[in-house]
Amino acid sequence: MSEAPKVTRQVARGFSAFGGERAAQLLPQARLSGPMPWVIAIMITLTVIAAAGGLALSNLASGARAELSGGATVQILQALPQERDRQAAAAEAVLADMPEVSGLRRVPDEELDALLEPWLGTGVDADAVPIPALIDVRLRGEASEAELAGLRSALADVAPDARVDAQSSWLRPVFSAISSLQWLAIALVVLLALTSAAAVWLAARSQLGGNRETIEIIHLLGGSDSQIARIFQRSIAFDAALGGAVGLALGLAAILLLGQQFSGLESGMIDGGGLQLVDWLLIAAIPLAGVVIAMLTARFTVLAALRKML
Amino acid sequence: MTDQQGDIITFDNVGLRYGTGKEVLSDVSFTLYPGSFYFLTGASGAGKTSLLKLLYLAQRPSRGMIRMFGTDVITLPRNRLPGFRRRLGVVFQDFRLVPHLSAFDNVALPLRVSGVRESELQKPVADMLDWVGLSHRAEAKPATLSGGEQQRVAIARAVIGRPDMLVADEPTGNVDPEMALKLLRLFEALNRLGTTVVVATHDVHLLKKVPESLIMRLDKGRLSDPTGALRFPPRRPPRRDDAL
Ligand SMILES: Nc1ncnc2c1ncn2[C@@H]1O[C@H](COP(=O)(O)OP(=O)(O)OP(=O)(O)O)[C@@H](O)[C@H]1O
Ligand SMILES: [Mg+2]
Repeated sequence: MSEAPKVTRQVARGFSAFGGERAAQLLPQARLSGPMPWVIAIMITLTVIAAAGGLALSNLASGARAELSGGATVQILQALPQERDRQAAAAEAVLADMPEVSGLRRVPDEELDALLEPWLGTGVDADAVPIPALIDVRLRGEASEAELAGLRSALADVAPDARVDAQSSWLRPVFSAISSLQWLAIALVVLLALTSAAAVWLAARSQLGGNRETIEIIHLLGGSDSQIARIFQRSIAFDAALGGAVGLALGLAAILLLGQQFSGLESGMIDGGGLQLVDWLLIAAIPLAGVVIAMLTARFTVLAALRKML
Repeated sequence: MTDQQGDIITFDNVGLRYGTGKEVLSDVSFTLYPGSFYFLTGASGAGKTSLLKLLYLAQRPSRGMIRMFGTDVITLPRNRLPGFRRRLGVVFQDFRLVPHLSAFDNVALPLRVSGVRESELQKPVADMLDWVGLSHRAEAKPATLSGGEQQRVAIARAVIGRPDMLVADEPTGNVDPEMALKLLRLFEALNRLGTTVVVATHDVHLLKKVPESLIMRLDKGRLSDPTGALRFPPRRPPRRDDAL
């Protein structure tokens, strides 16, 4: 009879966990073979773009609101240029002394000409088409009716032809359009996020379907439920993280490209439409959420399968 | 919960039925004496695999009581069972190798499940593969192995952790007589180290090869125990004469 092999007695009887490397060795090494990472990549890309759009729109809306709600416009509606300039200068002087005014700027005539040029053509005869003098006023607080009434009464004596308006009143339709868009974006992001979650869930489940046999074998060899769940969580987290990273990269590329195009518009009004730090963090959290969903799906699927066994 | 009698397994009036079918095991009562070598025989369909499934905790009986290592495993909560399974080595009738793992990784699986360090398992696993004559196929996946080679991997996996009890279902069904004998020697070696061995087989020639073995015979789901030695084993290590 030949000699029996030396079998180790080192088998720890405890419920020690698999180390990372050992856990990985229990599953197929050929990764990326399934559709899982790619499905996740695409869904994450779309979600990232939609979320960035929604966040940018929301920033734009609140930025514009903050800027414009504290703004007022003083127009001097006077046909005679000398008188108009005099009243404008007087109004500027009075406004500059008012404590509630934080800043003001007389819009130069050339700028107004440029603004009106598309409608009136070049070389407008100032006498033929009287153009009002325009003063942009920045208030410390909101341009409420009371504030505006205060401005009006202060200007009544020095500039009888002054007309004071809150800037936001002109822009009400713009605001309501922006806020509809914002809701639309939120709805889109929510729908996409739900679809992504479902896609991740399905992909994780289908990946586990092919491993039912392995789950049972490790179970019969004495693997504990949480040990087995952890192995699959780890493997699926790897796939999900890879898909998430690719998706995030593609989404960010799209955002940056769009961002450049928008900044090319150089519209003075559309400021603050950019993304802030907290927005970038939110966007970065999207692939992380994907990984978490994939891991939870793996965990619950494996545990449910194991619970059917003794 | 501790064991006064030193029994490794006790079945008391165990019955098993699958679903709503008729009982495939009835009134099965026996005690396995630690360190003994048992053959479980019986015609095909007699219930050998079913009995072993109860032994390796893959199945709950429909009735009766099972104690393992001094603990009632029927009422034990699920989460306590893995600790018991780790003390068993099982050769499944259908091998159950993990398809995407190499022969080496399949054999290493029980050690990895038990948390043995990688550096400590390399040599035992290699030695074990050498013993079953598969060192040259260590990196092969199960699908590329012959039936007999798969069976040897399954056996190597069952004995690598030096279990307290080895349960083998037709472990020599797919190998030639010479290899069958060699594998039997492996079980004997393990048995001498203190492992209780239960081998299900309908190969009567095999029984003769292990003279000190005890024989459990299943007949249509009933265990024949004419002398009562299986049910009430003597305190000293039993001999074959006691069982027959
Ligand atoms: N999962 C199952 N569901 C229903 N019936 C089963 C199941 N497994 C086994 N049986 C039945 O239980 C009986 C005993 O089967 P078992 O596999 O235990 O026999 P065996 O003695 O191992 O046979 P063999 O020598 O052919 O392996 C058979 O009649 C079989 O049809
Ligand atoms: Mg069988």
